[in-house]
Amino acid sequence: MSAIAEETVAAPPRRRLRLALWLLTRSFSSMLGLFLVTAIVALALLGPWIVPYPDDVQGGINLANKLQPPSFAHWLGTDEVGNDILTRVIIGARISLLVGIGITVAAAIIGVPLGILAGLAGGRLREVIMRFTDLFLSVPGLVLAIALVAALGPGIVNAMIALILVWWPGYVRLAEAKALSIRDEAYIEAARVAGASRARILRRHVLPNSISPLIVKMSMDIGQAILAVASLGFIGLGAKPPTPEWGAMISIARGYMPDWWWYAVAPGVFIYLAVLGFNLLGDGLRDILDPRSNRG
Amino acid sequence: MTEPLLRAEGLSRSFEGRRRLFHETPRVRAVAELNLTLDRGTALGIVGESGCGKSTLARLLLRLIPLSDGRIIFDGRDITALDESAMRPLRRRMQLIHQNPSAALDPRLSAEDAVAEPLRIHGVASGQALRDRVAALLAEVGLPSAFLHRFPHELSGGQKQRVCIARALALEPDLLVLDEPTSALDVSVQAQILDVLDALRARRGLAYLFISHNLAVVRQVCERVAVMYLGRIVEEGSAAEVLGTPRHPYTRALLESVPRLGANQAPPAAPGEPPNPASPPSGCAFHPRCALAVAACRAAMPPLVTLGDGHRLRCPRVG
Repeated sequence: MSAIAEETVAAPPRRRLRLALWLLTRSFSSMLGLFLVTAIVALALLGPWIVPYPDDVQGGINLANKLQPPSFAHWLGTDEVGNDILTRVIIGARISLLVGIGITVAAAIIGVPLGILAGLAGGRLREVIMRFTDLFLSVPGLVLAIALVAALGPGIVNAMIALILVWWPGYVRLAEAKALSIRDEAYIEAARVAGASRARILRRHVLPNSISPLIVKMSMDIGQAILAVASLGFIGLGAKPPTPEWGAMISIARGYMPDWWWYAVAPGVFIYLAVLGFNLLGDGLRDILDPRSNRG
Repeated sequence: MTEPLLRAEGLSRSFEGRRRLFHETPRVRAVAELNLTLDRGTALGIVGESGCGKSTLARLLLRLIPLSDGRIIFDGRDITALDESAMRPLRRRMQLIHQNPSAALDPRLSAEDAVAEPLRIHGVASGQALRDRVAALLAEVGLPSAFLHRFPHELSGGQKQRVCIARALALEPDLLVLDEPTSALDVSVQAQILDVLDALRARRGLAYLFISHNLAVVRQVCERVAVMYLGRIVEEGSAAEVLGTPRHPYTRALLESVPRLGANQAPPAAPGEPPNPASPPSGCAFHPRCALAVAACRAAMPPLVTLGDGHRLRCPRVG
């Protein structure tokens, strides 16, 4: 057979990675998202070594220095007991990031296997799983989380548990929809014809083909979870002061508005940038992870 | 060898429709009491309109969907009752080519991985031996090694079908079931794929069950042809006879419906739509569209009668 005219050089795997990076660099919003997420992660990792006033992390009291406006010594000012706000906001990134990633990963670990099981099994098992999921989804997430934290008692760990409990159903929905559509694809039948076992079909065909919308959702959910934890902190159900958690900081700073505005603005801006970063990154990943998108 | 490679006896498959209160559950008989045999190294064409049960038949014979009734004997072995794991070793010997190569390839597997998958599953080869084998298979269907790392979206329809064929050949099957392998391709590419299939059969002694609604393609590839109408075979015989001197009114109608250049188009020989398979006509399923139908055709399903030289015909009004 020499009748193939459109012969070109095949793209080896490394070129494919370069192509993905190039696609990312082409979009300004994706790059902004990547930059913000990288910055937040760097702050979280390096936090304890780069903060200007490490002693202020656990809330030292230095009343002589309280509520200072932003200055060269305190770039973002000081709070009501004289702690450096920049120090506390940077350490707050650590907590928020850890909690955001923890909630999202735990929710995905619970939700994705259930969703794929429901989608592939069908029948009564699917009905049971999906109706149970609907039950959770029918109540607004944050309201349910507030009720759960109220029952468990306030605190950052309980807030996380409550948010995981309201977060997993979204992953069931997405994974089920994806598994349902993949189940009837001809390439699944082709794998059966090749002799693939159920486990192999699941591992090599269903999971890889459903993973990209899940990764996109996880990226966006990290931002949402950071916001949710901050919300719980703000209403006093999450991290307790003096833990430097963004939501809890705003909760206290609210009382010092508007005269000491910088106290509330600093954690607010960090929440905003973190959520924005993860959302933009999620959007960018969606474009890259679609295997059909990289025809150059 | 007298034992045919594949034999189906009384093969039936019905699908149940949605249950409704106070209504009988509708049942669709996609394939009904179908007998066929396929000898080693030969090609049997299955032709018929859309919805006549051709694709269902393919999946039944490969045990991809459960059958309602009947027996399937593959190489002298009754495979009717084998479960999924007992079928797995046999899958090496019977492979399927899908109608739409774009859907039949996992978008996340490169051509190399797609062809290597069956070899990996059955532990035939690994490492460099596996890579060499995959490259040789792709070369056999006319794809040079530059295509090894291409993903399906980087291949044309014909190239994808070549990858599918290479994948099906990887396990050196005896039987290849082809479910309209060219209908999703451009006409010029169709001819190339048919050449590949012809060459492979000659070289490897494969048996083809070739499902198509394209009579010209069937005539080129197959020695024997079976014509299906509403889940049943209405005529079967050598391709030259069935397509050259068709006897069953439905076969004639099929052949006359093929458009020809220059000829004045005769009105369709089988007017009307194929009947609803959920409520098939009484007697011969073709009688509402048949010019030769008489009262007896409406009363009872005519039997499939074997004439001389293995020609089978389900119509008492002709032959």
